[in-house]
Amino acid sequence: MLDDFLNQFLPSTVGGLVFGSIYALVALGYTMVYGVLRLINFAHSEIFMIGTFTSLVVITAIAPASPLTGIALFGVMLLIIVASAAISGGAAMLLELVAYRPLRRKGATRLTALISAIGASLFLQELFALVIIPWLTGKPGRNQQSAARIVDRDTVFTIGNAAVRTDHIIVVVAAVIMMIALDRLVNKTKIGRGIRATAQDPEAAVLMGVSIDNIVRVTFLLGGAMAGVAGALYLMEFENTVFNVGFVLGIKAFTAAVLGGIGNLRGALLGGIVLGLIENWGAIFLGSEWKDVIAFTVLVVVLMFRPTGILGESLQKARA
Amino acid sequence: MSGARLGRVLALAAATSLVLAACAGGGGGGEAGGDVTSVKIGFMGDLTGENAAIVIPPRNGAVMAVEEYNAKNPKVKIELVQYDSQGKADQATSLITKAITQDKIVALIGPAFSGESKAIGQQLEESKIPSVSPSATNPGLAENGWTYWHRVVANDADQGPGIADFLVQAKSPKKAFVLSDDQEYSVGLADAVAESFEKSNVTVERDKFAKDASDYSSTVTKVAAANPDVIVFGGYYAQAGRLLKQLRDGGVKATFASGDGSLDQQLVTGAGPEAAEGAVLACPCNIPTPDVTGALKTFFDNYKKSANVDPAIYATEGYDAATAFIKAVEAGHTTGEKINEFLKSVSFEGASKPIKFKANGEPENNAIFIYQVVDGKVKLLGAAEEAKLEG
Repeated sequence: MLDDFLNQFLPSTVGGLVFGSIYALVALGYTMVYGVLRLINFAHSEIFMIGTFTSLVVITAIAPASPLTGIALFGVMLLIIVASAAISGGAAMLLELVAYRPLRRKGATRLTALISAIGASLFLQELFALVIIPWLTGKPGRNQQSAARIVDRDTVFTIGNAAVRTDHIIVVVAAVIMMIALDRLVNKTKIGRGIRATAQDPEAAVLMGVSIDNIVRVTFLLGGAMAGVAGALYLMEFENTVFNVGFVLGIKAFTAAVLGGIGNLRGALLGGIVLGLIENWGAIFLGSEWKDVIAFTVLVVVLMFRPTGILGESLQKARA
Repeated sequence: MSGARLGRVLALAAATSLVLAACAGGGGGGEAGGDVTSVKIGFMGDLTGENAAIVIPPRNGAVMAVEEYNAKNPKVKIELVQYDSQGKADQATSLITKAITQDKIVALIGPAFSGESKAIGQQLEESKIPSVSPSATNPGLAENGWTYWHRVVANDADQGPGIADFLVQAKSPKKAFVLSDDQEYSVGLADAVAESFEKSNVTVERDKFAKDASDYSSTVTKVAAANPDVIVFGGYYAQAGRLLKQLRDGGVKATFASGDGSLDQQLVTGAGPEAAEGAVLACPCNIPTPDVTGALKTFFDNYKKSANVDPAIYATEGYDAATAFIKAVEAGHTTGEKINEFLKSVSFEGASKPIKFKANGEPENNAIFIYQVVDGKVKLLGAAEEAKLEG
């Protein structure tokens, strides 16, 4: 047992950090929308899925004959990240316009919006499985789709017995950059102040001249763009996607958001990384099929002692 | 493959078959006497439903065998009547009543799946209609005490030991890592493989993951730490492809093997041709690939001429099931009872394997066939006893 632990601890940590970064990026979307609207946007997992398919299409169009390096790699990574962020962000805005705004206008309850979210989630999955994926790829929509390799799996350096590869570094670095950018945007810009004001007190924000509709739109755009980036990184790392790829991952990312403190951007980051690490560390002792049990046990235990999550503080009070 | 997926219909099937068994009359099909000029043989399976892709090839195989026979202008011609059960037990039960009472078939090729086989087995028994299934692989089917039921394919319980024994003989491993996802079929296969490895004194380590997981890094870490000689995965090709890719990316070089659930070109697409290269796949089915030689090559060419596609899963088995009945008709048997008697002693060189039945209807030869990914294509290496791995 101790032997297992010593042999597997460092490699598991690397794997946990990489997948945790993807959790964290997706968790940001849940947490932002929750912070502003008090709505759990269940269709967010499909926004992530749309991001993976955008990257798949871009990579397939470029069709690299062999994995890329240097400037070419940087350019293609930037291209898939920007494309996925744009399409996912746009899809998230459209989703808000179609599935949530009409309800909000009519003053529907949060429960109604939740049902609408679940409906939108299923609708998007099936729309992709039945129409869009066959149209994009010419293959049956429920099949797993594969993309070409753009990043070689070269070991850059090792820590103990853990190999850290190029693709690992790209995922973690890209995720961290995106999160810092988002954090600065929310905390330092005018639009960010609007988001925080709306989260704090929507009515007062309106009185102070904030356009709620604009703020909600921007919130969905930003959250969706983060999910799009997560989708691009996911596709680069795993090179496969499927119409329901977001389902389990979305639940995990939502868990990460709650674990870190829902409504709290830095909490989403922390929650994602912690969840990724705990899953992999737990798997060392009990086997990989226990990952989910371990992750959710930790969630319950944390919430018992800190009902608002690890960082607790929510978006409306976030200052720094 | 079919066993796991089709087990679900069993409950409904059992209920329906009880009712129908009660109504089914005892009359054996076919006319007695020497002036018979044609007999009807049925083929039953999912011809248009969601799993039709694994039933059309054996149907084509059966059609081809019957065409070849009729082309010889025999004294008694055979008419093949097709019944599309959609793989559903309730449809199978109503179709078989029609087949026996109206069409008066004397024998049945199929049903293709285990659930429907279980559902109509009793009725076939009472109506004295012999059946030979090309593709029903649930081990339990042979344990009903039916004397009219047969199959020409090894059952699911033969597969796990088949894979393990083959790897032991081909690679003499000291340590094996047995993986699976959490589906019933996957766990069952992995358990059987692990048990057989242990019998051969191979150290076994295990891990399992959720079917919908996409990140297998913890599994890869375990495998890398264990440094096994062979890796066996129980499960379907979607998961196998993702796993294999991540294992190879993680620097694991050991031989990777899996069962019939992963026997699909999509394994190569999912893992990427580089990672998939050399992967070993096992199946109770014998699927000739374009590079085969000898009698199997003749089958390949004739099938392609007859069906306009390459042979796919259970095509040879469908051909062999039909041939068993053709041999009986050739020998002058035209009633269900007589044909069944003949099947007890039939023995011939089939397209898939030598065909001979045990008393319980299982094939005497329960060979497992080995395939390997060579140059990005799944290639048949032959029956496990004689297959030689490449590279």
